[in-house]
Amino acid sequence: MNSQINAETSKLKMGSPNLEVFSNTLQNLAAEDRNLVVVTSDSRGSGKLVPFGEKFPKQIVEVGIAEQNLVGIAAGLASTGKKVFAVSPACFLTARSFEQIKNDVAYSDNPVNLIGISAGVSYGALGTTHHSLHDFAALRAVNNITIVAPADNFETEMAIRFAAHSPQPFYIRFGKKNMPFISENKDFEIGKGRLVRNGKAAVIVATGETVYPALLAADHLEKTKGIRVAVVSMHTLKPLDTKLLTDLAGQFPVMLTVEEHMVNGGLGEACSGFLLQNGFAPKFKILGIPDEYTVTGSQLEIFDHYGISEKGIASEVLKMIDN
Amino acid sequence: MCVPDLERKSLEYRKKILKYIKHASAGHTGGSLSCIDILNVLYNQILHVSPQNFSDNNRDRYIQSKGHSVEALYVVLADQGFFPESELETLCQYQSHFIGHPTRKVPGVEQNTGALGHGLALSVGTALAGKMDEADFKVFTLLGDGELAEGSNWEALLAASHYNLDNLVVILDYNKLQITGRNKDVMNVEPLLDKFKAFGLAVREMDGNDIASIKATLEDVPFESGKPNLVIAHTTKGKGVSFMEDSVKWHHGVPDDAQYQQAQEELDKKISALEKLESK
Repeated sequence: MNSQINAETSKLKMGSPNLEVFSNTLQNLAAEDRNLVVVTSDSRGSGKLVPFGEKFPKQIVEVGIAEQNLVGIAAGLASTGKKVFAVSPACFLTARSFEQIKNDVAYSDNPVNLIGISAGVSYGALGTTHHSLHDFAALRAVNNITIVAPADNFETEMAIRFAAHSPQPFYIRFGKKNMPFISENKDFEIGKGRLVRNGKAAVIVATGETVYPALLAADHLEKTKGIRVAVVSMHTLKPLDTKLLTDLAGQFPVMLTVEEHMVNGGLGEACSGFLLQNGFAPKFKILGIPDEYTVTGSQLEIFDHYGISEKGIASEVLKMIDN
Repeated sequence: MCVPDLERKSLEYRKKILKYIKHASAGHTGGSLSCIDILNVLYNQILHVSPQNFSDNNRDRYIQSKGHSVEALYVVLADQGFFPESELETLCQYQSHFIGHPTRKVPGVEQNTGALGHGLALSVGTALAGKMDEADFKVFTLLGDGELAEGSNWEALLAASHYNLDNLVVILDYNKLQITGRNKDVMNVEPLLDKFKAFGLAVREMDGNDIASIKATLEDVPFESGKPNLVIAHTTKGKGVSFMEDSVKWHHGVPDDAQYQQAQEELDKKISALEKLESK
């Protein structure tokens, strides 16, 4: 096992916002490929794509505040062989234009890369209109789309690069806060979860920007209780890494999932559905946003409120181990 | 192809539309009969698309936004040689590719449509790609009139005009009927000409069931450099069969045996009349 994957989380190198990495990666890709096109819905500022627009004015299409049009036009562009990234806040992209995603992208097999920016509760204080806590559930129910929530800058760059060259539709979502590099481990493959911390007593399977608090919780438990908890970054929600889940269920008596998403229909239910139907029954807990009117505040305050935080996750792990 | 030949083709297409709808006991009869003359002229006269060039990125595109009138499209695609016509005998049967809306599993179909208000944005994106690549192809899309209540169409028209897509040709199959009744009673879409002009489109009107009118209009594309083309095709739902014309009950009505017989006889008589005219 790679010893570097157990580095103390507080000592992890801090990176940039995944959003910024996305933008930089796209510029690098566009420089090599004139066929790459970005489509925005008055979202180039919030998507950090102003520099992209300045450098590659012929490779960016603005549709105005019209997300249905964003996805429909992106699908039309992709049908001619363009490598298309449709960029819009995740909340609008996956709700307003859900039918365009289902029909024009996924069903028609037009390989658009849908980029949900400021995902989850990144726009925490702006309220439910601006939260995307439904996107995993909604898109998991659509055939022919890969769903990715990268945890750090490395996973973001890898996912974007992979999607750019994939003939299939992608949905990739991330937030706008600076993220630490969660692991030195440089293995990355779409559809393969990454073990980013070894452990024994329990495993936390997290996705996107909840991997970091999961790591902090694991550190906390080791320091304060001597309990070693493994952490997995399950960056790809669909297709789910069922092989890894099978291995984890064989090794760990306790499994928790963590996601910046409603507890309905996201990572937790994907994992539990697989496990239960395949004869595995670890002690299991889904941590996420409960099915209620979501509180508002900063992303971290909302995480704290719902226990998607160092303390909240650690406390749930302890409860699960003790029971 | 000359106008009389196309007129005869339209009648034959109508006979086939009815044949396969009758065989499947399902289909959108009224709309297919309303738009068939437009599809006829498009595929036999206007579009640079064929089974031979279908994978060529420079082919013209036809995207049928009013996907429910799929029987018209299937009949024309079969005639163009995209697949053997006999395959249409499986229309709407278990596991047949020939489902009740266009699907790319059927050779010749550009996009999977059926949910209304989608074809236009897809067409705008495709036409935009043509402009970006300085390609020659044109993109044609057929909208229904009831479909115009979908706001997505108006989003797409804004973009078409903003990007000066004169390689886009939007044809409205304006038969003035939708499943519930007359457009003007369900949701009034008028004044259409003013609306489309206000959106910055180059607008023409034509008789969408008159071959010569369709041919003359579509051969004149682009109407105005830098403006998307919009054709209001005045049509009659159920066109060609006396008892089906302009009647909402034939939106997706399937003829019984006697009605089917009568419809085919009416169309046969029209074919005979055309032949007599030609022999003079």
